[in-house]
Amino acid sequence: MKRNILSEVLASVLVNAVYAMRNFPVVLINLLLTPLSFLIVISFVSHGALIGVAIEGAFIMTMVSNGIGLQGDLSHLKNDLKLQDMVVSSPTSAFTYMIGMALSEIMYALPSLIILSVLAVLFLNLGILAALVITAVLIMIFVVSLSLGFFLSTFTSDVIQSWAFSGMLSLLLSTLPPVYYPLTYIPLPYRYIAFISPTTYAAEIIQNITGFVSLSYSSVIIAWAVLLAFTIVLLFAAIKRSRWTDI
Amino acid sequence: MVEIICKNLSKTYNNKHSALSNLNVSINSNGIFALIGRNGAGKTTLIRILSTELMPTKGTAKIDDLDVIKQARQVRELIAVTPQEARPVPWMTPKQSIMTYLLWRGFGYSEAKKKAMETLKLFGIEKEADRLNMKLSGGLRRKVAVATIVASDAKILFLDEPTTGLDPISRRDVWKILSEFKKDHFIFLTTHYLEEAEALADNIGLLDGGKLLALGTLAKLRRSMGKSYSITVFDKEAAYMQLKYLGNKITVGKDGNVQLLVSEKVASKAAIKLVRAGVKFSINPVSLDDIFYYLVKKPITGEGYEEEYTK
Ligand SMILES: Nc1ncnc2c1ncn2[C@@H]1O[C@H](COP(=O)(O)OP(=O)(O)OP(=O)(O)O)[C@@H](O)[C@H]1O
Ligand SMILES: [Mg+2]
Repeated sequence: MKRNILSEVLASVLVNAVYAMRNFPVVLINLLLTPLSFLIVISFVSHGALIGVAIEGAFIMTMVSNGIGLQGDLSHLKNDLKLQDMVVSSPTSAFTYMIGMALSEIMYALPSLIILSVLAVLFLNLGILAALVITAVLIMIFVVSLSLGFFLSTFTSDVIQSWAFSGMLSLLLSTLPPVYYPLTYIPLPYRYIAFISPTTYAAEIIQNITGFVSLSYSSVIIAWAVLLAFTIVLLFAAIKRSRWTDI
Repeated sequence: MVEIICKNLSKTYNNKHSALSNLNVSINSNGIFALIGRNGAGKTTLIRILSTELMPTKGTAKIDDLDVIKQARQVRELIAVTPQEARPVPWMTPKQSIMTYLLWRGFGYSEAKKKAMETLKLFGIEKEADRLNMKLSGGLRRKVAVATIVASDAKILFLDEPTTGLDPISRRDVWKILSEFKKDHFIFLTTHYLEEAEALADNIGLLDGGKLLALGTLAKLRRSMGKSYSITVFDKEAAYMQLKYLGNKITVGKDGNVQLLVSEKVASKAAIKLVRAGVKFSINPVSLDDIFYYLVKKPITGEGYEEEYTK
């Protein structure tokens, strides 16, 4: 039979986003609330001084939590409903499944992205170049967290395990690192630890292009290179090393 | 005609739990193959390996000459599976469940939608098409899970306990659908309802402790057992009195009655004796149930049966 890749992608979007949202709209509110609460807290605590940085942070967190969120969703479909077994044993490839699920997660991110874009227009003075850079960085961070989420979900045997993974990763990737605040706020010896996280580089690039920090030319190049490396390696791991067939 | 060949197929979970050990099977069958066996016999494990969901620890398995590990992609073009514990996605309707599964298999949108409705009609659940799965009864959900893969029209269907949880009428409805479907497809199913295997299957496999105990048509299984009749006597004492001469052929059957599994010749002699003595009994051709107990040798109830076979 002639296969229709668009259909295969659409299936994931329908199952994981469209039909789910229609029945459980509260999920959308939850996903909107997390990045916005951090934004609000940081803005208040800094008396408005960090609102720009915090908006950028909220963008990154939105991408991280939706990408990682894939893990819990997939774990539920895999372990509780055995849907993944039905998909694995069908002609659909792991990659097509992942692409479809990635799109479904973007739909969950949309409300947050729209609100943040409005805030960005109001509080950040963005030129075309800055907007493009931010978009590129956000896409890369989304691929990073999505790959991590997909990769881990194929190893989980219960959704409780996934919740733990998701919580930890969100914390380690978007709450702790200098995403909502500038890197220079971290006392020096500890600053280096932040460089373990790919989101630190993403935040650096974005904060630099919008003028909240000023990095040397070489630091910017390094940040791009490391972020790109993270993206490629994790994407590769998700496609090639995921446990699509059980052991 | 579909050919499934397993060579030295073994599965050990986590290096500890052996589920299949050195399975050598060659199934060359049309229609329906039913795999039976006790809980934990390894049925689901075998289905998951054959349907490319699970890696074996050792050995090979081929479906129509395609290796399920090395040629998994090609195998997946041919098969569709209802896992034992599959549950239709709670926040979707039966129609959406079938439709999205077909989309995953590469059907076009309108074709998938049409096929979903047709299949729901075939299963007699078109009235529930637009209700949420989470609001359906357990049996209906099972029906939806089975309907989903029947809709795929795949050449080979794997159904792991398709009728568990269905009421007797629904179960027979599903039998009818599968009997129709098997005319141009191959169905590999597992079941704990032995009358289902008897009624449906062209070939039957009996798995126990990860090993295949028997394989073949029901007639062949009967022949290989060397017994063709089962006599059940309800009055224990009378039975022992009249049939003493049969010695250790007399056993306490699985439901506590005296049971004899015997050849045709012995059966007719015993029957005449019982009739003459006015003892009530029933006589039936050996059923799959009898074969199952005979081969697996582990009656769940009743005493005496075990002694007989360990003698
Ligand atoms: N994921 C797993 N990890 C460890 N052991 C497992 C796993 N799945 C199955 N087993 C073990 O493998 C053996 C075979 O299990 P399997 O599920 O294949 O049996 P089954 O014949 O399908 O049983 P049932 O009739 O209860 O469905 C059992 O002893 C079981 O405990
Ligand atoms: Mg099973």
